[in-house]
Amino acid sequence: MTAPEAKQETKTAAIAKPGAELLLDALEEQGVEVIFGYPGGAVLPIYDALHGRDSIRHILVRHEQGALHAAEGYARSTGKVGVALVTSGPGATNAVTGLADALLDSIPVVCITGQVARALIGTDAFQECDTTGITRSCTKHNYLAESAHSLSSTVHEAFHIARNGRPGPVLIDIPKDIQFQKAHYTSRANARNRNCIVTPDINQSLIDQAVDLMRYARRPVFYTGGGVINAGPGASETLRKLAAATGFPVTSTLMGLGAFPASDPKWLGMLGMHGSYEANNAMHDCDLMIAIGARFDDRITGRLDAFSPNSRKIHVDIDPSSINKNVPVDIALVGDAGAIMQAMLNEWRRREQDEVHDKERISGWLDQIDGWRARKSFQYANSKTAIKPQYAIERLYALTRGKDVYISTEVGQHQMWAAQHFHFDEPNRWMTSGGLGTMGYGLPAALGVQAAHPDALVIDIAGDASVQMTMQEMSAAVQHNLPIKIFILNNAYLGMVRQWQELLHGGRYSHSYSDSLPDFVKLAEAYGGHGIRATTPDELDAKIQEMISVNKPVLFDCVVTQEENVFPMIPSGAAHNEMLFGEFTEGSVSEQGKILV
Amino acid sequence: MTASNAPSQSVYPVTRDEGDVREVILAVIVDNEPGVLSRVVGLISARGYNIESLTVAETDVEKHTSRITVVTRGTPGKIEQIKAQLGRLVPVRRVIDVTSEKDALERELALIKVVNEGEHRLEAMRLADIFRARALDTTHTSFVFEITGTREKIHAFIDLMKPLGLSEVSRTGVLSIRRGAERD
Repeated sequence: MTAPEAKQETKTAAIAKPGAELLLDALEEQGVEVIFGYPGGAVLPIYDALHGRDSIRHILVRHEQGALHAAEGYARSTGKVGVALVTSGPGATNAVTGLADALLDSIPVVCITGQVARALIGTDAFQECDTTGITRSCTKHNYLAESAHSLSSTVHEAFHIARNGRPGPVLIDIPKDIQFQKAHYTSRANARNRNCIVTPDINQSLIDQAVDLMRYARRPVFYTGGGVINAGPGASETLRKLAAATGFPVTSTLMGLGAFPASDPKWLGMLGMHGSYEANNAMHDCDLMIAIGARFDDRITGRLDAFSPNSRKIHVDIDPSSINKNVPVDIALVGDAGAIMQAMLNEWRRREQDEVHDKERISGWLDQIDGWRARKSFQYANSKTAIKPQYAIERLYALTRGKDVYISTEVGQHQMWAAQHFHFDEPNRWMTSGGLGTMGYGLPAALGVQAAHPDALVIDIAGDASVQMTMQEMSAAVQHNLPIKIFILNNAYLGMVRQWQELLHGGRYSHSYSDSLPDFVKLAEAYGGHGIRATTPDELDAKIQEMISVNKPVLFDCVVTQEENVFPMIPSGAAHNEMLFGEFTEGSVSEQGKILV
Repeated sequence: MTASNAPSQSVYPVTRDEGDVREVILAVIVDNEPGVLSRVVGLISARGYNIESLTVAETDVEKHTSRITVVTRGTPGKIEQIKAQLGRLVPVRRVIDVTSEKDALERELALIKVVNEGEHRLEAMRLADIFRARALDTTHTSFVFEITGTREKIHAFIDLMKPLGLSEVSRTGVLSIRRGAERD
């Protein structure tokens, strides 16, 4: 983050100011450039203070959930803390989904909520709710501001907590009377520091043991996650060096895409439920798994007691509670992923001077992986007459090469196809709701990304169902000149729900067909954006080019085949080597697997 | 093909839900700030752990720290999770597994009301004497005893009072501290 400005401090420390001004001073000192928000009664003093400030840009969303997702998109694409500002009561409850999303995906966000005046708290006042109570379990930490005097200090601590350790959302609930109350500013340097995020020092003997295992492994694999992205671009760089030095293959979770370049021959593709054949088989058959910033989520492990049964496991994570939570590991390294990978790399290089690593040890393994790769698990049967969703993503990828591209997604089939067929070579380019699986995430997240990168090409790969959950943010995009591109794979179904119904519930498509879809082209025009529809493969390329060239928000209605399924697939309750490729029958999923969702 | 009937081929020790369920006493040192108790209790319930007893009070007035003593049960893996999860909370300073120390002291205080007459009164008095329970209040038909000790001792006293007109029990929950000069 930007360093505190000294002149700002002396100027503001001298005079007593209302709490609302102190809040904005603190945000400024924390380097906040953009706030995503929605005004209301309990934050009016803050909005009044914003009125006179040019230093902070405010983007008016159309629903508070959108403010949080936009702040997440901003945070994920920049590595900075995203900031949202919403009012009390319904403003705060609408923000809950975004907070929970940021918590599960470890995204640094600070959310400011207004609260009724302290004298009214507990009286069921208008637009009152127990915001700190409601958000306690969906934030990393939250505060009910006690006084204007302590407010700026609290804001600094909130940013410290949001960005350090395992990042996450922090909420500050500010009663309206405190927004008016006058007090002196506390600078970041003088703010309360209670040492609440402690990262342990690197344990060299554990690094030695880890590198021992790595030197002797015959079937090693790096399994990386969102933690590598959160550890900053330097960590992604170190991962590349470590993979180059060791020659080990790399796979990644949905959250970690981009940390390792998809163009590298050691790249196995995404792993997990809809991951590649080579990635999942490598995970299953490896003798050494090096998990870095990944948390052995159920979408990754499949059936736990059949998960990578013959491997030693090294787990690098900044959160001690992730260690041994789902899968027991042999060596646990708690700390920053970048620093630990660097220590591993240093140790590896030191040993390389004594004795060069015998690449023959792993050559058989790499051959085996190439065998799996030849299976081409992401392939699909293309069509000459109708647009296949996978084809649409492939074309989108091909036509955006060489451009400054950021991709967000909603949740469902389109999200998986995007992860499979759109490839990332850099971190912070891929914004998707992994942990909470929030439909409606992608459009507002794209808004946040575009606000941070005004000249970039920001595309939300969406589904026709998801996109309608936060469609109103088109209005915000138009108002603030944020030319986001919403690329809708329109199959007129809640695609992933339909796929599961086909797989698990006898093809009884209970309420998963979205009848009465809006005309997305007309809808775009109604919002003041630009609408495009593509229905055949022939016209797709030209239409995508049109989308890229239009300098305003675009709704792209890409009409795709309706009953396409996402393959390969590890059904819930199955092991990594029990993947499905297409012709599945209902009996292929166990009763227990059905419960696992 | 169900998860349960396939034996694990694991080369590492599987601790997940394996091993004996044991009872632990955790001392959680926290900043005494609004909502901290709710955070600790909410975390334990949200993750599906049970609380058998809970005691809390400010113990360091200058540093504004409180000591929360939680008694809970679980397999070794689960207990490690509880400790790690509690350690993640911002106002939590330290989590001490008191039961992992062999030399920890454990005490609980109970107030026990017994309503009875005649022979039962004498027997209650006699047993209270053996257990070193003090009568805090007495009427012609009732006693309120104060008893301190381990949970086993208090259980035993309550059991003995049942046939003698046990009417009401109030307990503090477990407190614990390490023996000797060292501090946690």
